[in-house]
Amino acid sequence: MVLIRLFEEEVERQYKRARIGGYCHLASGQEGATVGAVHSMRDEDLLFSSYRTHGLALAKGVDPDEVMGELFGREGGSAHGRGGSMHLLDYSKGYLGGWGIVAGQLPLAAGAALEISYKDKRAAVMCEMGDAATNMGAWHEALNLAAIWDLPLVTVVFNNKYGMGTSVEKASGEPDLYKRAAAFRMHGERVDGQDVEAVLEASERLLEMAREERKPSVLEIITYRYRGHSVADAGTAYRTQEEMEEWKKRDPIVLFRERLVEEGRATAADLDAIDKRVEERVVQSVEAAEASPEPPVSSLAQHLYGDPESAEQFSRMGPGSPFGERELVLEGLGR
Amino acid sequence: MSATAPAPSTTTMTYREAVRLALREELLRDEDVFLMGEEIGVFEGSYKVTAGLFREFGPIRVRETPISEEGFVGAGIGAAMMGLRPVVEIMTLNFILVAMDQVVNHAAKIRYMFGGEVGCPLVIRTPNGGGSQLTAQHSQSFEVFFAHTPGMKVVAPSTPADAHGLMKAAIRDDDPILVVENLQSYKVRGEVPDDPDRVVEIGRAAVTREGSDITLVAHSFAATRALRVAERLKRDHGVDAEVVDLRSLRPLDTETVAKSIQKTNRALCVDEGWATYGVSAEIASRIQRACFDDLDAPIERVGLAEVPMPYAKQLERAAIVNDDKIMAAALSVLDLGPDVFSY
Repeated sequence: MVLIRLFEEEVERQYKRARIGGYCHLASGQEGATVGAVHSMRDEDLLFSSYRTHGLALAKGVDPDEVMGELFGREGGSAHGRGGSMHLLDYSKGYLGGWGIVAGQLPLAAGAALEISYKDKRAAVMCEMGDAATNMGAWHEALNLAAIWDLPLVTVVFNNKYGMGTSVEKASGEPDLYKRAAAFRMHGERVDGQDVEAVLEASERLLEMAREERKPSVLEIITYRYRGHSVADAGTAYRTQEEMEEWKKRDPIVLFRERLVEEGRATAADLDAIDKRVEERVVQSVEAAEASPEPPVSSLAQHLYGDPESAEQFSRMGPGSPFGERELVLEGLGR
Repeated sequence: MSATAPAPSTTTMTYREAVRLALREELLRDEDVFLMGEEIGVFEGSYKVTAGLFREFGPIRVRETPISEEGFVGAGIGAAMMGLRPVVEIMTLNFILVAMDQVVNHAAKIRYMFGGEVGCPLVIRTPNGGGSQLTAQHSQSFEVFFAHTPGMKVVAPSTPADAHGLMKAAIRDDDPILVVENLQSYKVRGEVPDDPDRVVEIGRAAVTREGSDITLVAHSFAATRALRVAERLKRDHGVDAEVVDLRSLRPLDTETVAKSIQKTNRALCVDEGWATYGVSAEIASRIQRACFDDLDAPIERVGLAEVPMPYAKQLERAAIVNDDKIMAAALSVLDLGPDVFSY
């Protein structure tokens, strides 16, 4: 949780220095939800997420150097500078991507769960999404498929009260989002996202149910983002200062820290040492990103197609092609 | 041992049977291949393309879906990301629009957006076409929407042999491919080579009739019409038309089209879809550049009338691309008939 918090604070600093561009969605305040949900996943379990990716990627074990490298648009980034903040991915760690279209990742997650079922593997898929995604058609279609096909899918709704600036109450006919699982005769429950251990308990149980019993479920995690929807949003037009201060009193990191010390599970000194180590790790990730090369222009068409025959398939498209197509794309496919 | 290899044996079958044969052969060849779509199982497919396959391969390999295109196209993408080779049937092209986000924003982008770390070997197969009074929402040919999208491949065979060979190539390809079949083409008969290992290369147009006076460029059922019109041109006017069947829209084999027009010096692009911003617009644009000095007449186009498809027979007949329209357009390009293009 501390790594995610400090990492994102550094991301915001780098964004303000224009070393990170594009959209950048921060999640300070949501660390309890993120770590609680993802920490119980096994290596063979797969995670899909929305575009608020940084914390989820780090929690699933993606190297901080690769996350920062991607935000810097470098070859060393997890998507080699092609994806940016919203499109982190690490196949080897079972992190199947940050996706930029609200609810678009849900059918894909159902498909990954279908593969697990097709190959009869003991694994589960977790699909993270924001509260607003529950109003999309893809939510309905993906959950319906998961239900009729008995897919090992845990759908995790991060309910941070607002879809951009629109409150859940304003946007949703049924604002108790976990109840919507009933529409698919699916188990649904709600948990306090500021209590990381409560989230952990729930996600562990639901992942196990998916893995062993092939029962999909919905987990609604109530949480809060301190920052706006993205770096460009101050986050003050649609919520009060009072509300924001109230939520900060239940900061997931502070609460967990207090509990650990109170219950004698760790000393303040232990935790300070972790903070120190994490700070250094974040600095190191920036250094790694800075040292990583920018992708060369000659690689513009790289990764567009994956079939080894693609360059040959496109080799007859040259005559009469528009400005730049031949040099930048057609010839680049073979590189 | 004989000095020359024996000519490959062939079997006569319909386009529909050729697609089915390709699916069956690929299901037998690779356990990661599975079919998914509405009514493709017990019902045997809305157009009976998958008839018999559910009985032979069972409900896991031939997966019936609810009416839920966004959901099951997306599920196909997710399964493909994990290494399976789903072949997703959309009952007709018209219904793919509710899954457009999954195709254009997801399937087409995955490999590039994640820097090559994951791929999407997905096939979506679906028929386009009109002309049977199916009206506005069930008679469309907008495959160009997908040919417009980098990251996609789009093929549109017109013969049983190509339908068979391109389907197999598409299933074996590592990228997302839309295979456009055609409602009118399903009953077209032709010879298909008896070779389960034969594939037709993606991105290669076919000269399906050689000629020297004009090139007719088309794909899908329009390529079948173009051949018929070419025979009429020969019979009625002594004109030798060359027909180029594009077969593949992305990649587009401009080289073969240009070579043909450099020989015939005249070109007519025929497309069952709307011409504006369409396949024929793309061909015309590339050809005017590649063949600027070879052209004896402007490159002309014939496409679907730019209205939603009407129901009444005579209105529908007026809207679709039929043989008579292609004939009139070709004669105009050849200066052998009334000028139907000048404004």
